[in-house]
Amino acid sequence: MEKPTYILEFEKPLRELARKLEELRQQALETNVDLAGQIAAMEKDIEAAQREIYSNLTPWQKVQIARHPKRPYALDYIGLIFEGFEELHGDRQFSDDRALIGGTAFFNGQAVVVIAQQKGRDTKEKIARNFGMPQPEGYRKALRLARMAEKFGLPLLTFIDTPGAYPGIGSEERHVSEAIAVNLREMAMLRTPSISVIIGEGGSGGALGIGVTDRVLIFENSYYSVISPEGCAAILWKDAAAASKAAEALQLNADTLARLGVVDEVISEPFGGAHNDPKQAAEALRYALQKHLNDLRGLDGERLLETRYDRFRRLGIYTEAGAIRS
Amino acid sequence: MHFDKPTYTVRKAKKKGIPKGLYTKDPATGDIVFNKELVDNQMVMPKSGYHFPIGARERIAALVDPESFVESDAGLKSADPLNFTDSQPYKQRLKRYEKDSGLPEAVICGTGKIHGIDVALAVMDFRFCGGTLGSATGEKITRAIELAVAKKIPCIIFSTSGGARMQEGILSLMQMAKTSAALGRLAAARLPYISVLTNPTTGGVSASYATLGDVIIAEPGALIGFAGPRVIKETTKQTLPAGFQSAEFLLQRGLVDLIVSRLEQRDRLRDLLTALYLKKKPAPPAATP
Repeated sequence: MEKPTYILEFEKPLRELARKLEELRQQALETNVDLAGQIAAMEKDIEAAQREIYSNLTPWQKVQIARHPKRPYALDYIGLIFEGFEELHGDRQFSDDRALIGGTAFFNGQAVVVIAQQKGRDTKEKIARNFGMPQPEGYRKALRLARMAEKFGLPLLTFIDTPGAYPGIGSEERHVSEAIAVNLREMAMLRTPSISVIIGEGGSGGALGIGVTDRVLIFENSYYSVISPEGCAAILWKDAAAASKAAEALQLNADTLARLGVVDEVISEPFGGAHNDPKQAAEALRYALQKHLNDLRGLDGERLLETRYDRFRRLGIYTEAGAIRS
Repeated sequence: MHFDKPTYTVRKAKKKGIPKGLYTKDPATGDIVFNKELVDNQMVMPKSGYHFPIGARERIAALVDPESFVESDAGLKSADPLNFTDSQPYKQRLKRYEKDSGLPEAVICGTGKIHGIDVALAVMDFRFCGGTLGSATGEKITRAIELAVAKKIPCIIFSTSGGARMQEGILSLMQMAKTSAALGRLAAARLPYISVLTNPTTGGVSASYATLGDVIIAEPGALIGFAGPRVIKETTKQTLPAGFQSAEFLLQRGLVDLIVSRLEQRDRLRDLLTALYLKKKPAPPAATP
């Protein structure tokens, strides 16, 4: 396990404590004075502070963890729990979108098709992957691969991690709306088992565009929302700085999403976030995926379509003749 | 001449519903028109053809055969599932939208006849919360589509929307999946779906049922797109081409099948439904002497 770095704003107290601990250690080395007692006390303080902070994360703090620059991305998980991933490129019409990747792979020995939104780690890759914001081509490639999964009877696994579909000129000119819409309709009609996992950011329609699946899973600190907290704050509070309030009001965290029936399972993360131990997070993901694949295995195409339809059909809460229905 | 740049401009729509005074000024030509005349002309400027927004009920009245519309799910309304409060509680907003628009929700649904052809209809109204898609809106539209499947009739949806409704959070987003899945069933039943895009149709509505029509019709000058122009400008730091995201632009770029004036929609819908649904031209009317 890597030494935690505490780069997020709310981790400031931990950053301070870690710095003091480092100073103590340095002092002990330089002066040859035995500070073991003080160091141990400081380590205890850090542990207590960690527990205090990470056990009481606010919705907005969790959003920050979901966006953590060291958070495992799709290709990290693919490398950790899949074998023989063959990335397949392009939508056969316009280009290859590197923000939305896909291909064939083996999961616990079983052939599968994987579709995933991918962010870049360094500046160069971030730009190449358009900060994880897919364009129409990405969604059309995803559909091409989803249909291939259906054709060859392979389960479809999708990893969601995007701030949203790209709001650019080209994106509009090539009809990103239509590309997403077609995916929603066609994924609902796909005669093969499918599971999506929100591994980081579930940004609105851009996320949903690969998210109409038999099961929807989410990592503990991931979020899934109709709009980014900043966007919502700018519109409803007229103040982008009200993002924290908006995050709370939108109820975009894993536990609430599970309560609303939007996600089927919350996958636990290592203490403080998946970036603190990507291997452990990947194992938890492997376990959850296998469990749900086993559940879906027995269902034929017709049954899959029916249960998937019902799964999304019942989402929503409204009133009818005075009574609240959902 | 730039071949890659459209040469027309989008006419800007005023953000208001039915004008309140006696007269209305044509935003395109500056002509003055009696409101009564404008209302009688389905809110289309007689000379310039400029389209003002029209209410859902007024649109339905002008669209379907007299006395043929049967409203469904009129009692289905928005709840406040997240107990959402921003500058004011969502519950209060809902009351105000209902009072101001005289509508129970952002969409009115039902069945009716267009020149004798049975259709399931969902007609959105921008005055109710900007025509946003919430749980109740999505449920009503889904039921309208399911009604079309059950009755084996075509479905027509008129969209106007700022997108998914923020105040219902993720549940609004899920309405995109729900309505699109229902359209999958309609498509599997080989029943026509005609989507009519009116000003404006953006966000989650454009990224779900609005762009899934077998035929996609747009009203002249309508703004249609995923992201709004302001967001695109802020994100890309680019100037948008003239006419960007207008119905005319999208016709040229291949999203929209037809641009049809509101005044002609009833007849053109009949023609399309005759081809796609009845599949046979009715006998021509007897020749007049």
